[in-house]
Amino acid sequence: MAEFLAMGGYGAYVWSSYTIAALVLGVNAVLARRAERAVLHALAHDLNGDDDDATA
Amino acid sequence: MFAFLHKYASLMHFYRLSARWSGWLALATALLMAYGLYGGLVTAPADYQQGDSFRIIYIHVPSAWMSLFVYMCMAGAGAIALVWKIKLAEIWLRASAPLGASFTFLALVTGSIWGKPMWGTWWVWDARLTSELILLFLYLGIMALDNAIEDRRTGARAAAVLTLIGVVNIPIIHYSVEWWSTLHQGPTVSKLDRPSIHIDMLIPLLVMAFAFTTFYFAAALARVRGGILAYDRNTNWVRDLVGRGTVRGHG
Repeated sequence: MAEFLAMGGYGAYVWSSYTIAALVLGVNAVLARRAERAVLHALAHDLNGDDDDATA
Repeated sequence: MFAFLHKYASLMHFYRLSARWSGWLALATALLMAYGLYGGLVTAPADYQQGDSFRIIYIHVPSAWMSLFVYMCMAGAGAIALVWKIKLAEIWLRASAPLGASFTFLALVTGSIWGKPMWGTWWVWDARLTSELILLFLYLGIMALDNAIEDRRTGARAAAVLTLIGVVNIPIIHYSVEWWSTLHQGPTVSKLDRPSIHIDMLIPLLVMAFAFTTFYFAAALARVRGGILAYDRNTNWVRDLVGRGTVRGHG
């Protein structure tokens, strides 16, 4: 395991690359999911503001 | 054919049809990445020149490929948006930009981290690295231009024009390692007759590239669905959808 993590002496380079990639892709996944929900929330808010029939 | 195209170009139909696509694509991404990471980090043999540092290839090369692929998708969407004024193309272009910028950023950063032990430097101003950096600025410029214009459709069309102008950079990036002398290594995989990479190293690379592609489509679709709701916010179908959501929310 220690040998695997060491990556033949290149561990710092390899793991920092993979960590940054995981972070960037993870943030993108979360933001993409949130984008649709944010629009839905904003629209629901608008609808409740000027059109009470929506909740009837 | 045109009826088919029209149906898919209809925002409501696309929204309804795509409900499950994003989830399936996300699942495919997870499975492909698990397989690709295991193959790349564990089973692939160390490189005879670069040792284990070459394993950065499994994120660097897919990111770099995607930085070009996403741009070409945006250029295609931009052309469709400008010529046929199809809203879905405008939405697709807008949804892709942050993803393309992220892949470009990853390609630059992981390349830099790989360059330090192999070349002895984080960065050189050679053709491949500089043209890829310009690609990042193009993505950011497209997003900024789109955001700066208040009218959604005008913004998308301006972004489409800038995207199409920037296409000139794509062949420059691709051929930069052949046209100019550079520290960056030449193509390894695209020499299909005789790829200069071992099959045990190649398969995880192709799997990771496929995983990055499904990731792009999954994330872009989620953004596109939000974009569709925003575009069609004043139509009955979106009002109905949001109305139902409100009832559920209060129930």
